[in-house]
Amino acid sequence: MALLVYGVVARHDDKSLDSAVKKGQLPTAPGASVALPTLDGSSRQTLAAWRGKVVVLNFWASWCGPCEQEAPVLERAQRQLSSTGGTVLGVTYKDDADASRDFMRKHKLSYPSLRDDRLDLAPKYGTTALPETFVLDKRGRIVALSRGEVDERFLTRAIDRAQKA
Amino acid sequence: MRRAVLAVLALLALLAPAAVAAQPKVSFNDIEDEVMCDTCNVPLNVAESDRADQERAVIRKLIAQGLTKQQIKDRLAAQYGPGILATPQDSGFSLAVWWVPVAVVVALLALIALLLPRWRRARAPDGEERQPGPELSSTDAQRLERDLARYDV
Repeated sequence: MALLVYGVVARHDDKSLDSAVKKGQLPTAPGASVALPTLDGSSRQTLAAWRGKVVVLNFWASWCGPCEQEAPVLERAQRQLSSTGGTVLGVTYKDDADASRDFMRKHKLSYPSLRDDRLDLAPKYGTTALPETFVLDKRGRIVALSRGEVDERFLTRAIDRAQKA
Repeated sequence: MRRAVLAVLALLALLAPAAVAAQPKVSFNDIEDEVMCDTCNVPLNVAESDRADQERAVIRKLIAQGLTKQQIKDRLAAQYGPGILATPQDSGFSLAVWWVPVAVVVALLALIALLLPRWRRARAPDGEERQPGPELSSTDAQRLERDLARYDV
């Protein structure tokens, strides 16, 4: 019985970031120093490398239906951000790399993506379902988050807040 | 002698490809129940999700490349972590899978060792052997003999 209770408690979802963002506390984005492989596997990069820029951190996978729906919205955000030095940063969540690359090509996505096959980063954001998006200001603080598919309105507002923060 | 050696060598040359061909090829069904759907936390052979379908496709691709079952499992574990394998890990909470059954068996044996002497004492107080019942009177013995004779087959 004790083991069962432990198993249930140990698997609870961490949504502490949600309440902090809701209170306007601008929590620091976790896992900034976690180095993840790029989609082509040629190198590893950390979130910290984008410090000083607005970052839209998006967890996605090619097998996720809603990720497909929001991909064009994210690409438009990337075009808007790239003119000001910001970026959308995709992080694939347990996804076959070939399938991820096919997805990027199919949707003509120009923003970079890293691979989180072993879930080194996603759990730090309490991410257990896809898609999820976190908007970070230039100081690496989370100004807005969306657990589920994002729309244009959410992203425009969140990016605006991140640029002003 | 030389002929015999040549004959043995020729036989070995014939058998070698057969031995290589005899190596078991992994079937998809054989490996599917030993891998987890790593986003739904159920074995792949009972999982129904888009991620499970993707894992199945990856496994089929690796089988087509000629990898053995162990090589495929190693490849998956290296890529996605040991949690993708259906066999329990040998660290952390997963260790409970191994030590809990052992602990339960040890506890049961200890309980039996503790209670068995008590049960035996309760069945035979003061260590006495169980006594036979009272002896029959001669009248009852004769009647019993007659009754048994009637039912003799």
